Amino acid sequence: MANGSRLISGVTAVGASFIQFCSEMGCVFTFFIKTLKYLFRRPFYWRNLLKQMEEIGVRSLPVVAITATFTGMVLALQSYSGFRRFGAESLMGTVVALSMLRELGPVFSGLMVSGRIGSAMAAELGTMAVTEQIDALVTLATNPIQYLIVPRFLASTIVLPILVLFADLLGIIGGYVVAVYILGTNATVFITNTTKYTVLKDLYFGLLKAAVFGMIIATVSCCQGFNATEGAEGVGRATTRAVVYSSLMILIFDYILTAYLF
Amino acid sequence: MRGNGEIVKIKIENLHKSFGRNEVLRGVDLEIFSGESMVIIGGSGAGKSVLMKCIIGILKPDSGSIYVDGVDITRLDEDKLGEVRKKFGMLFQGGALFDSLSVWENVGFGLRQTRDLSDIEIRRISSEKLRLVGLYGVEDLMPGELSGGMKKRVALARAIAMEPEIIIYDEPTTGLDPVMAHIITDLILDLKYKLRITSISITHDIHAAYKIADRIAMLYKGRIIQTGTPDEIKLTTNPIVRQFLYGMTKGPITDEMEIYRRET
Repeated sequence: MANGSRLISGVTAVGASFIQFCSEMGCVFTFFIKTLKYLFRRPFYWRNLLKQMEEIGVRSLPVVAITATFTGMVLALQSYSGFRRFGAESLMGTVVALSMLRELGPVFSGLMVSGRIGSAMAAELGTMAVTEQIDALVTLATNPIQYLIVPRFLASTIVLPILVLFADLLGIIGGYVVAVYILGTNATVFITNTTKYTVLKDLYFGLLKAAVFGMIIATVSCCQGFNATEGAEGVGRATTRAVVYSSLMILIFDYILTAYLF
Repeated sequence: MRGNGEIVKIKIENLHKSFGRNEVLRGVDLEIFSGESMVIIGGSGAGKSVLMKCIIGILKPDSGSIYVDGVDITRLDEDKLGEVRKKFGMLFQGGALFDSLSVWENVGFGLRQTRDLSDIEIRRISSEKLRLVGLYGVEDLMPGELSGGMKKRVALARAIAMEPEIIIYDEPTTGLDPVMAHIITDLILDLKYKLRITSISITHDIHAAYKIADRIAMLYKGRIIQTGTPDEIKLTTNPIVRQFLYGMTKGPITDEMEIYRRET
């Protein structure tokens, strides 16, 4: 009896958070549509776009660089210990490059940026919402979606692929350094196998993914911040949700994009 | 003194607004004349802020109409509403200054968005508006560096910068010390005579209400229960209004509250 009711309450809790996630995503989707509606409407706030691009790019670069370098390095270590078992060490470069370009570069950068930038966006917009600054914009003849959201959305969509390009490069360099200087494999083999088996399409796919992740981070985080209520506590909640939901969405969309588009 | 020959500037008819199951406005009817200073009083949670946000078009009411100069703003799309909003200026409770912009950029924000002016020109107009509210030499400070009273004055300067026809004051004296509260009410009076604009204030500060109002309306449980000049309101026989004015702990307002009923 007690076990049964505990089971039911467990199922209820899982169901409730699932329903909440779905309703949040519905809210995010309508927010996304609103953003698209104002994307190319005048006036366009260039200054805000550039400021956001700088903010997102510069703030995230160190953390993305470190993540990518270490990912490439550890990838080389792992693939070496795996491939050595059947004498395929020569393919290390291929594995490192393909994994970085197609998967780990975009996903890890996306997750790091969602932590770094998503939280900042949600906190900033959330504070503006609870202190009525967003309402104030409206009363000063300014559309808050156009002024606040569109620049963040575009900036994040443009900057994320650029960050991922850096991440890809650093990851492969990291893998090369470990493979050649620490594990002592042949440098020429590493480079030839890297270039031989990767095509430009792999890079493009990764960058396209990055752009989609950029849209996800901006939309989810801005939506959470924009709709924050109930003072400091509400802003805290919005910030946490921004990071959790955008990370989840990145992982879900990563699968969908990989499975159905590539 | 109702000014301008009793032309109706804003007319609110049977306005309803709910949030989920919480009915905040339950049929508000109110007329505001051109050039008059209308003060809406009411307790916390009576729906004053929601009413304000409906009037300025930030919130969309569930039913009912709000006519501004004869145009029903509840039926306008976002673009046309934007045009009507240019008639309004609003002073928010906490000031709602933009943290990332300096004082003069805050004051000149609306001008930058709507008019093709150079930075020098915007700065000049901002300084002029700041002088109107008694501030000198604060143009380059950031909002974080200002005291509560100064923030409110900068916000006031921002609200009047676009020369609105209607100005809305949301709790203009809340959170200020008594002296600063008087300075702000004096400023509001001063602006009323200088600029001759229609104003709507919401407050639960009775003294401020008596001072700045041409007429006072009391909002209670989502409806306007009485409207009148300050003198008429002072002599009211309505028990709810009386209890509110004199801050009595016993009366119809507290009788309605669950917590008191349980105790007695």
